[in-house]
Amino acid sequence: MKYVDEFRDGELARGLGEAIRREADPGRHYAFMEFCGGHTHAISRYGVIDLLPKNVRMVHGPGCPVCVLPVGRIDMAIKLAMERAVTICTYGDCLRVPASDGLSLLKARAHLDKSRADIRMVYSAADALALAQREPQREVVFLAIGFETTTPPTALVLKQAQALGLKNFSVLCNHVLTPAAIVAILEHPEGSGVQLDGFVGPAHVSTVIGSRPYDFVATQYNKPVVIAGFEPLDVMQSILMLVRQVNDGRAAVENEFTRAVTPDGNRKAQALVAEVFELRDSYEWRGLGSLPQSALKIRAEFAAWDAEARFGIGYTPVADHKACECGTILRGEKRPADCKLFGTVCTPETPMGSCMVSSEGACAAHYNYGRFRDIAVVAA
Amino acid sequence: MKANYTRPLDLKHGRVDMNHGAGGRATAQLVSELFARAFDNPWLAQGDDGAVLPAPEPGERLVMATDGHVVSPLFFPGGDIGSLAVHGTVNDLAVMGARPLYLSASFILEEGYPLADLKRIVDAMAEASRSVGVPVVTGDTKVVEQGKGDGVFIATTGVGALPPGRAPGGASARPGDVVLVSGSMGDHGMAILAVREALAFDSEIRSDSAPLACLVETLYAAVPADAIRVLRDPTRGGLATTLNEIARQSGAGMLIDEAAIPVHPQVEAACELLGLDPLYLANEGKLIVVCAPEHAEAALAAMRAHPRGRDAARIGTVIADDHHFVQLRTALGGMRMLDWLSGEPLPRIC
Repeated sequence: MKYVDEFRDGELARGLGEAIRREADPGRHYAFMEFCGGHTHAISRYGVIDLLPKNVRMVHGPGCPVCVLPVGRIDMAIKLAMERAVTICTYGDCLRVPASDGLSLLKARAHLDKSRADIRMVYSAADALALAQREPQREVVFLAIGFETTTPPTALVLKQAQALGLKNFSVLCNHVLTPAAIVAILEHPEGSGVQLDGFVGPAHVSTVIGSRPYDFVATQYNKPVVIAGFEPLDVMQSILMLVRQVNDGRAAVENEFTRAVTPDGNRKAQALVAEVFELRDSYEWRGLGSLPQSALKIRAEFAAWDAEARFGIGYTPVADHKACECGTILRGEKRPADCKLFGTVCTPETPMGSCMVSSEGACAAHYNYGRFRDIAVVAA
Repeated sequence: MKANYTRPLDLKHGRVDMNHGAGGRATAQLVSELFARAFDNPWLAQGDDGAVLPAPEPGERLVMATDGHVVSPLFFPGGDIGSLAVHGTVNDLAVMGARPLYLSASFILEEGYPLADLKRIVDAMAEASRSVGVPVVTGDTKVVEQGKGDGVFIATTGVGALPPGRAPGGASARPGDVVLVSGSMGDHGMAILAVREALAFDSEIRSDSAPLACLVETLYAAVPADAIRVLRDPTRGGLATTLNEIARQSGAGMLIDEAAIPVHPQVEAACELLGLDPLYLANEGKLIVVCAPEHAEAALAAMRAHPRGRDAARIGTVIADDHHFVQLRTALGGMRMLDWLSGEPLPRIC
C-alpha cells in the first residue's frame, strides 16, 4: 500500500531500534508519554516495545476521546434516546462505553422502540445529517465526541443544518481540547506525579491546530514534544528525536509528521471551528476531573441545533467504579496490569472502565495485544 | 392452468404475503412453482414431510451441520444470501472432513418481499447446490409480518458422509504442527461492509463466498488423512478468532507470522481507511488447515494447484502454551497477541 507500507518496514524499524539503543544513555531511564490513543494502538499493534531498549519506557496518555468521556455524558445520550425518543448517531467505539445502571449505548439500544427511537453507529457527522434529511419524521441527535481532529466535521454539519433550516437535527457536543489535557497531566495535584521526560505529540489533532499550541509545554514546563504520525516508524523516529533532545538537555517542539503537520495547522478548519464553537467554562473529563476551558460548546447562534439547549438537558456527574483505575492509567501513573480489575472483572466483553472499551484505550490495547507479556509463555 | 383452476405466481411483480406461509394452497403453490422447480430433484418433488435418503457407504459415518443466514444486504458483490446459504453449510461439512450429500433449507420470508428478488435468491441457491452436487432435498417456508423480518432469512442443514480414517477436529492441533490458509483474508466481511455502509471504493471488493468441499478432497488426496489435524473455515470473527478457537480446543498456543498472511491490497486499504483489521473480518470461501509438519509442503502444494487455493500460504506453527495464546510476529518484527474478536469490529474515531 503506497504511502503506508513505507512506514511499516521491518528493516527500517530494526535500524531505528538500534539507533535508539545506541543513543539512549544506559545510565539513565527515559519515560515518554504518547498522548494519543492512536500512538498507543500503533505501539501495541506492531509490537514496537520489542524494538526499544529496556531503559526507554512508553507511558500511555489520555488522548483517547472515548476514554476521557465521563459516564454522565453517555447517560445524557441514553436518556435522550429512552425518554425523548430521539435517534442517537455516534462513532462506533462510543457504543460500548459503560454508562450508569449497567447500560451502554449498545445495551440501551435493545430496549428501544425502533420505530420511534434508535441508536446508530455512523462513520462521520455527515452521515448523521444525511439520516436527518432522509427521515424528516425522525429526531436525530449526533453525539459528537473527539479532540480537535473530529471537531471541524461537526462544525460543518452544524453550519449545514443551519443553512438547510433542518428541524429534526441537533448535536450533543463533547469536543475536548488536547492542550488542556496536557496541562492537567503536568499539574495533576492528586497523582503521584508521573515523571515524564517528554511527549510524543498528537498527530491528526496537529494537522488541524498545528504544532505551535504545544510550545508552552517546552517553554513553561521544559518538556520536549515531538509531533508524530500514527505509523509505527513515525512513533519510533519520534522516540529517537525525544531521546536526542533529552540527551542534549533541550526542550523544544519538533515535528516528525512534516508530511501532514505545519506550525500553524489548517487555518480554514480553525476558522470554521471558531465560528461555530466557543470555550466551555469547565468540562469534566474521566480521570482528570473538571478542567477549566478544556472543551467546546456550541455558540448561541446555533442553539436550535444544540441538543443540550433544544432538549433542556444538563450534565450530572457520575462516579466511576471505585476499584477502576482508568483515571490513574489515563494520567500515566499506573499501568493497565496494575489495576485489580484488569483481565478479571474488567475485560473487553465486560468493561468496567472506558480504557477497556476503546480500541485506542490503554487497557484494551494491553489486553488485546500485550497481556502475554505478563505471563512467561513456554515456546515449543 | 385450467386443470387445477389456479393462476400462476406472478414472479415478476408479486410480493410475499401472509398466505404464502399459512400452509394452504398459496404455500403449496410457492413451494411447487418456485422452490421445487428451482431445486428440481426427486426427493423434493415427492412433496412429503421429509426425504428418505440412502445410507452412507459401509464404514462411513454421518456428519450433520446447520447454519442460519441473516446477511444484510441480501445481494452483495460476489454473492447473495442464497448461494451463501449453500456454501456456508457445505463448508461446515467439508471442514469436518465429510463429503457433503444433502441439504435442507428453511425460509423465513417477510411479508411484502418482492417475489422477483426471492426468485433470484432461490435460483442462485439452486445453482450453487447444483454446482457442488448437493441437492436441497427438504425444506420449509414461513412468512412473518412486515417489519418483523429482514426480507429473507434462510436456515440450511446439511448431511455428509465422513470416510474412514478422517477425523479433523479443533482439539487435534499439536505443538510443531503447521498452520496453512487457502487464500486472502477478510474479503467477504469487507465486501458486505462496503455495500452496507455505501462506501465507494475505486475497485469493487468481492465476497469470496465459495464451496470448499472440492479443495478439501484435493487435500485428502495429497496427504495422509491423519496428517490433517484441523480444518476450519474462518467465517465470523475471521482468522484471528478461528485460530483462538483451535488453540483453546487443542490446549496449545500458536505463533503466527503476520507478513505471511495473504490479504488483498483493496481489502487492506479499505481496512486502513476504516481502522479495521482484516484478520477479524469474515471469510466465506477460505480454509484454515493445521497439518503435520512433515506433510505441510505437500498440503500447501496441493492447495496451490487448486483454483480455490491459488494464494495458499504457510502462516505459522502450533506451539506449547498453557494459556492458549495466539501470538503474532508483526511485520515490524515485534510480538503481539492476536486475540479473540470482542464484540463487533468497530472503526476508530480519529
